[in-house]
Amino acid sequence: MIKLNINGVDRDVDVPEDTPLLWVLRDELGLTGTKFGCGVAQCGACTIHLDGSPMRACQTPVGDVADSKVVTIEGLVAENASKEGKAVQAAWRALDVVQCGYCQSGQMMSAAALLTSNKPNDKDIDAAMNGNVCRCATYQRIRAAIHDAAKRLEA
Amino acid sequence: MTIQERISGGQPVSTSRRGFLAIAGGAGVGLMIGFKAGPAEAATEAAKGAALEFNPFVKVSPNGAITVVVKHLDMGQGPTTGLATLIAEEMDADWSQMRTEFAPANANLYANLAFKAQGTGGSTAMANSWEQYRTAGATARAMLVKAAADKWQVAQGEIVVDKGVLTHPSGKKGTYGEFAEAASKLPAPVGSAQQTPFKDPSKFKLIGKEGLHRIDNDSKTDGTAIYTQDVKLPNMLVAVVAHPPKFGGKVKSFDDAEAKKVKGVEKIVQIPQGVAVLAKSTWAAISGRNALKVEWDDAGAESRGSEDFLAMARDAVSKPGTATAKKTGDVDKGFEGAAKVIEAEFTFPYLAHAPMEPLNCVVDLKKDSAHLIYGAQFQSIDQPTVAAITGLKPEQVTIETVWAGGSFGRRAVPTADYVAEAVMIAKAIEGSNPVKLVWTREDDTKGGYYRPFYAHKVKAALDKDGMPVAWLHRIAGQSIFAGTALEAMAVKDGVDETSVEGVSNLAYAVPSLQVELTTLKVGVPVLWWRSVGHTHTAHVVETMIDELAHAAGKDPVEYRMALLKDKPRHLAALKLAAEKAGWGEKLAKGRGRGVAVHESFNSVVAQVVDITIKPDGGVKVDRVVAAAEVGTVINPDVVRAQVEGGVGFGLGAALRNAITLKGGEVQQGNFDTYKPLRISDMPHVEVYTVPSTANPTGIGEPGVPPIAPALANAIFAATGKRIRDLPLGEQKFQSV
Repeated sequence: MIKLNINGVDRDVDVPEDTPLLWVLRDELGLTGTKFGCGVAQCGACTIHLDGSPMRACQTPVGDVADSKVVTIEGLVAENASKEGKAVQAAWRALDVVQCGYCQSGQMMSAAALLTSNKPNDKDIDAAMNGNVCRCATYQRIRAAIHDAAKRLEA
Repeated sequence: MTIQERISGGQPVSTSRRGFLAIAGGAGVGLMIGFKAGPAEAATEAAKGAALEFNPFVKVSPNGAITVVVKHLDMGQGPTTGLATLIAEEMDADWSQMRTEFAPANANLYANLAFKAQGTGGSTAMANSWEQYRTAGATARAMLVKAAADKWQVAQGEIVVDKGVLTHPSGKKGTYGEFAEAASKLPAPVGSAQQTPFKDPSKFKLIGKEGLHRIDNDSKTDGTAIYTQDVKLPNMLVAVVAHPPKFGGKVKSFDDAEAKKVKGVEKIVQIPQGVAVLAKSTWAAISGRNALKVEWDDAGAESRGSEDFLAMARDAVSKPGTATAKKTGDVDKGFEGAAKVIEAEFTFPYLAHAPMEPLNCVVDLKKDSAHLIYGAQFQSIDQPTVAAITGLKPEQVTIETVWAGGSFGRRAVPTADYVAEAVMIAKAIEGSNPVKLVWTREDDTKGGYYRPFYAHKVKAALDKDGMPVAWLHRIAGQSIFAGTALEAMAVKDGVDETSVEGVSNLAYAVPSLQVELTTLKVGVPVLWWRSVGHTHTAHVVETMIDELAHAAGKDPVEYRMALLKDKPRHLAALKLAAEKAGWGEKLAKGRGRGVAVHESFNSVVAQVVDITIKPDGGVKVDRVVAAAEVGTVINPDVVRAQVEGGVGFGLGAALRNAITLKGGEVQQGNFDTYKPLRISDMPHVEVYTVPSTANPTGIGEPGVPPIAPALANAIFAATGKRIRDLPLGEQKFQSV
């Protein structure tokens, strides 16, 4: 049994320790907002926060996170969510960023993590978001939405 | 045309109880793709007392929610928002009361009127639904107004509806929800379309207006939108399949001893496509598959490589084609009297669709039914295919469509490949458990159904004024339709239109045009890839015309305009893009600007691309200014989004994407070898639309074709080098 803290809730899971966190979230805990895109940390669709830092859940063995706080998209935008999560969601909706939407949980997780530091410029955004692939190529709106979210956080 | 004909797309109709409209027979569908569609489904929702069905496309709940039944797959291109907009507009509903659900497989009710079969593609979703959905909305509105008029004892014409609220000058006021039940029992209006006209465009409150947000905005930004990958049924097993490394390979033998030891692995079965490992979780299924030892029989497999294919295609275009796709005038005569002749050869690689959600499909097979859940894009193929595999009747096969994490064409397959694979697995375990077939990214990249490779050879003659008088165009590559159930319909006199579209209907006024095609047979499955034939033909035509303009010493925009005199939509798009981009400005050394304009799927898109040659000789795409002529714009922001996305999709392919084979094996696997466009590659994109009151045309695909040639022309402007082989890859350039 492995003890986890997911979105502020303690959960016990009975899986081998080398199981990627991605599949524990999705298949064991029913948190399907975190997506499977590549399995090798090349696309960022599975991005979660591990003690506040963005991580690729597909390359994170569940046994390594027992003492950490994990936040998924469901937690990022929940009622009691972080202000960054709320700002990112509001900006994403205001600018109609999504198309197919499959990568957007991961995009929002990376964006929210970026926004905990200084107000980013385009270069910062490209650097922080380059690991998140969007095959619909919503990138221009992602950039604009991050700027918009940064403004919301200042307000 | 009667109202019923408008809803049914002009097909013969019969009115069933409560004004239900059912298209009789479905013979057109059956003839076209070789199966007979099942009967119309019975209405069940009304009996449950929840959402009340007004017609196949509109349901109204007593709580006031209006549910639009969406007949098209939404893979990101936005038909869910667009179709809901058409209904909301005609019903004078409030956007916040709109809900959507995907239609079941039922070609009688939900055929794509452009195909006469149920499916999504060809950028037809909004265009084919334009009158059908507005009529459905107007009809529902009329029934609700009549119910209110009956209750209030007033004339229908005195009732005003705004944002879903009905009012009468006497002060009476009500909501759609209040009248839903009474209205749903009324007969649907019968008679001519004029009796229940749809709105005059001048009265549109939603269509064409800014500020209407995508209806899938909320669920796609809180993790609740359900894709196939997220579906979980009781006792479901996840299946991951070991596929042969070469196309056409088969299982010779396999050793599953190690795979069986993986915790969670439940069953291992051989199917025609390979060996399937079924487990309680996805990770166990992947691990089990990785532990399998399979020996493959490659006797019947394709074992050649990309170099062989391109050599074959190059050789084919050095000779006359085996079929003639277009012949006007006399090209030989044109070449005889030419002042200048220009020849060029082009090559294009296989491309994978690589949607973010790798392919998958859920099947629950029972003795007398099969229920499938997935991002269904071609129900009229998938449903009879599943029936044939299982021995069920088509109407015993039900399909529940969910959001698709991209597709770009990959989920609509004439062989129903991944759907058939899922069903074969379910059949192999005799339906003991529901099955979710999951392809990994590597399975998806290596799984075939690529945009075909092609070679083109063009010879063009200019007169003494530099204008083209003859254009001989040879194309060689695989046919998308050959060998499929749709071949008879789509291949005529040896010409698959998707191999030549964009050239055979050349927009430029060239007196003599000859387009020849040689169709090559290769054992690698191919498929339509967002914008299909235009992905390569637009590149050739638009870089050639640019080359001709330079040979003639003329400005590339003016030269195109002179040759497009009779093409007002091309002219409008080209002019708008050129104006907005500041065409004609002088750029600094190391920078380049290129243009392209192309018609596809009845829409015209022009793009002007600005690039910079980086110090290391690489290309940075700075800006793309696009103008689209798409008829009536239904949602301006969705149109912009589709062009932005089309630019990015086409740009990634032009810059660095290619699927290559060596000894029959695909050399790319994950995103480290099939490298997608990333945010740092994405240029600033501006999108403008040409004002129009014509019926809407497509926009899911038309943003793609112009980007590669406009980029190539910009590179030429900066460096003097022509780009005739895609992708650019690691090439370095020197500015001039």
